[in-house]
Amino acid sequence: MKVDRTRLPEPTAARSFNFPTIEKSSLSSGLRVWTVSHPSIPVVTFALLVRRGAADDPAGKEGLAAITVDMLDEGSGGRSSIQMHEALAGIGAQLDSDIGSDAALLTTTVLSRFADRALTLVADMTARPSLDEADFVRVRQLRLHRLTQLRDMPGAVADRTFVKLLYGSHPYGHTPLGGERSLALLTVDDVRAFHALAIRPSDATLIAVGDCEHAAIARLAAEAFAGWEGTAAGEAPTATALPQPARVNIVPRPGAPQSELRIGHVAVARSTPDYHALVAANMVLGGQFVSRVNLNLREDKGFTYGARTSFDFRRLPGPFALQASVQTAATGRAIEESLDEIAAIRGTRAVTSEELALGVAVVTRGYARNFETPEQVARGVMQIALYDLPDDYFAQFVPQVERVTLDDVTRVAARHLDPARLTTLIVGDFEVIAADLARLNLGEPVVLSAETF
Amino acid sequence: MNISFTKHTLANGLDVLLHEDHTCPIVAVNLWYHVGSKNERPGHTGFAHLFEHLMFEGSEHHDSGFFQPLQGAGASLNGSTNADRTNYWEVVPANALELALWMESDRMGYLLPALTEAKFSNQRDVVLNERRQNYENRPYGLAPMAMLAALFPPDHPYHWMTIGEIADLTAVKLEEVHRFFSTYYHPGNASLVVAGDIDPAAALALASAYFGDLDPGPAVAPVRPPDATLAFESRLLLEDRVELPRVYIAWLTPAMFANLDAELDLAADILANGKTSRLYRRLVFEERIATDVSAAQNSREIAGFLQIAATAAPGHTLSELEKVIVDESARLAASGPSGDEIDRGRVQAEAQFMFRLQTVGGFGGKSDQLNAYNTFIGDPAYFDRDVARYYAATSRSLQNAVGRYLDPTRRVTLSVVPRGRTDLAIPDSTRAVVS
Repeated sequence: MKVDRTRLPEPTAARSFNFPTIEKSSLSSGLRVWTVSHPSIPVVTFALLVRRGAADDPAGKEGLAAITVDMLDEGSGGRSSIQMHEALAGIGAQLDSDIGSDAALLTTTVLSRFADRALTLVADMTARPSLDEADFVRVRQLRLHRLTQLRDMPGAVADRTFVKLLYGSHPYGHTPLGGERSLALLTVDDVRAFHALAIRPSDATLIAVGDCEHAAIARLAAEAFAGWEGTAAGEAPTATALPQPARVNIVPRPGAPQSELRIGHVAVARSTPDYHALVAANMVLGGQFVSRVNLNLREDKGFTYGARTSFDFRRLPGPFALQASVQTAATGRAIEESLDEIAAIRGTRAVTSEELALGVAVVTRGYARNFETPEQVARGVMQIALYDLPDDYFAQFVPQVERVTLDDVTRVAARHLDPARLTTLIVGDFEVIAADLARLNLGEPVVLSAETF
Repeated sequence: MNISFTKHTLANGLDVLLHEDHTCPIVAVNLWYHVGSKNERPGHTGFAHLFEHLMFEGSEHHDSGFFQPLQGAGASLNGSTNADRTNYWEVVPANALELALWMESDRMGYLLPALTEAKFSNQRDVVLNERRQNYENRPYGLAPMAMLAALFPPDHPYHWMTIGEIADLTAVKLEEVHRFFSTYYHPGNASLVVAGDIDPAAALALASAYFGDLDPGPAVAPVRPPDATLAFESRLLLEDRVELPRVYIAWLTPAMFANLDAELDLAADILANGKTSRLYRRLVFEERIATDVSAAQNSREIAGFLQIAATAAPGHTLSELEKVIVDESARLAASGPSGDEIDRGRVQAEAQFMFRLQTVGGFGGKSDQLNAYNTFIGDPAYFDRDVARYYAATSRSLQNAVGRYLDPTRRVTLSVVPRGRTDLAIPDSTRAVVS
């Protein structure tokens, strides 16, 4: 065959793909059991989703949901913490617990010959954790140490400070870890109460994906979760008034070779009808390597190793943010360019048809890639369970993004991005960049401390 | 667990490996060049990695960004450089395989005509920012540099980090790019895997068409390192912007796949990986003098080192941590692991191995693993034997490996302490030189 190097080869016709089908049933306790058969390799992933998260932390008890989830693997039903981990290690299980504002997720992946034992352990941890005082004191101490260490990490300082700036005392105004003050006040009784009120089957979904079969998983789940009952108490958190942060804020980090930047504002909830158009708009703005923001700050200017933007879609309106770590001397120019890119995509430099076609293609043509491993599929299914998306969500995603028009992206960018409300946070060397910041005409920078939160 | 594949070597020396998996309508293209920072010389460090960046800036027949056409076709793609190899990969929808091969072959054969001073200087700035972000501005980020420099002598190619020295990166000239490219970036020094939803005959025809007419290039001589042995214990300290001091202890150990490499991998797990490990239990769980502990047998192509790191809890000293680490290593050497520990270690090794093979592409998927075996031992069918190494390890062989290699009198010990608090370092430590 003769190679033609004068032009790039066009992709041939796309091959069809059958998106995973979710088989569903429920236990009498209300626990939803959802499975997807994905037998390509002898591996099974279990994900236990509880739709309660850090946004459910009571005021003054920030960090409670996270430490409760962290303590689930600290022993159960006569097994000590160490014994629980010996049991997990004995089957080669990989256990992760994730906690976000809206939900907590316990995930484990095992070789399928250990699936039954893994599911039993997941049930023990979720339904019958020991929640002993001595373990609580140790775990809390480790989390306090973690907070101390995060003060050295510019990215973590920026993340923690930025949510507080944007949200204040709103349920989204803290990271799941909480703060030193709130953690120090927590007791094991708080943890037990949170487990009793929030980690309940009425609001939980067990997802199993891999070399497994629905009836067998449902039967096993009924046995393993027997005795776990109850309805999660309380209402879902509601939005409260948002603060009005200064335009520029800085956490000084003397001598830092780079400035860690966050630029954004509170934007939009997962339920927005503009979801697909925003996904497309963000691809153009900063959601991929060849986005405007990364091409400008990295590939054109060489200010940074990488810059990106994201809309964090959650149950309540989540943040839009641009983030980058830029060399100190370029801080002012990087902020200027960033603000300019965000403003321009609203219409003064509207998305072109080439840009939109590329952004849409990146999302849609690569979509099947997200369904290769059991864990990827489980995470996709988790989104459906968490945000009450329709069963045919995966199959509908590509056509919905493909329907997005140029007018749509400009309209949603103008609606959900507001240059006047953008807040900039810098973690960097204030002394060196102070004059640079003054030149931006964004008002006096507000100086914050990493210890503030 | 064996991964079925076929291997073909083109006339110009390029190895082409094909693996079928029709789970998802995607194909992984994974290309390894057998060159890394160990092919660099002192004074010219960081070059293999900087070069990797330049590979994404366009080639003669597509003289613009590498990402755009591939991402537009739905691909995900990346590359990475370590001491021993540089890899590039794309995971494309099955209908875009030809595009990926076009792009990879064009930059293998025709990179230099498109490479300008402007691209070169821009990517040097990007790399200097990568260095700031991942090393200089990151707590404990310069510790690996201090450890490698102390473990390996200055003329050993593992003495420096892949990211390189700032002075070297600043001094490098465009001419060196040309020399480096002709020396290392050619079919005879590369291995290509195409894995996933393919028809193997058609995929081989495409690979042969795109790569078959590229010049073979000169043979690359293997790197012959000077002897690396530690004759004594070196104690170093590094001040950093950290709140909690951390101790690193490392020993020189066998290379990847060498005798006792698997035993030391298991030993690292038994000592410090997970909550069941000996050091986690003692340091973090029981005595609570550390906030974390980890260990790894870092086996590389021509040498290895086993490293343990632990962070002191407030109010505790690095010397307390060091004593426990040395004690537990000695106890493992004296009495070996328990039967349970060996069993857990093996099943964890098997599970981790299987988890890495869940994807056809990316870092650590099947295509990367096929290339690792093909590049380092010339045998892509090594999967079964790789896992078998862990099942062949016994309590006795593990004990023997620990006793032989984790010698407390021949190691590197580094204290990383908060700035201005050199009093928190392990006594008699001298200042490490890092940049």
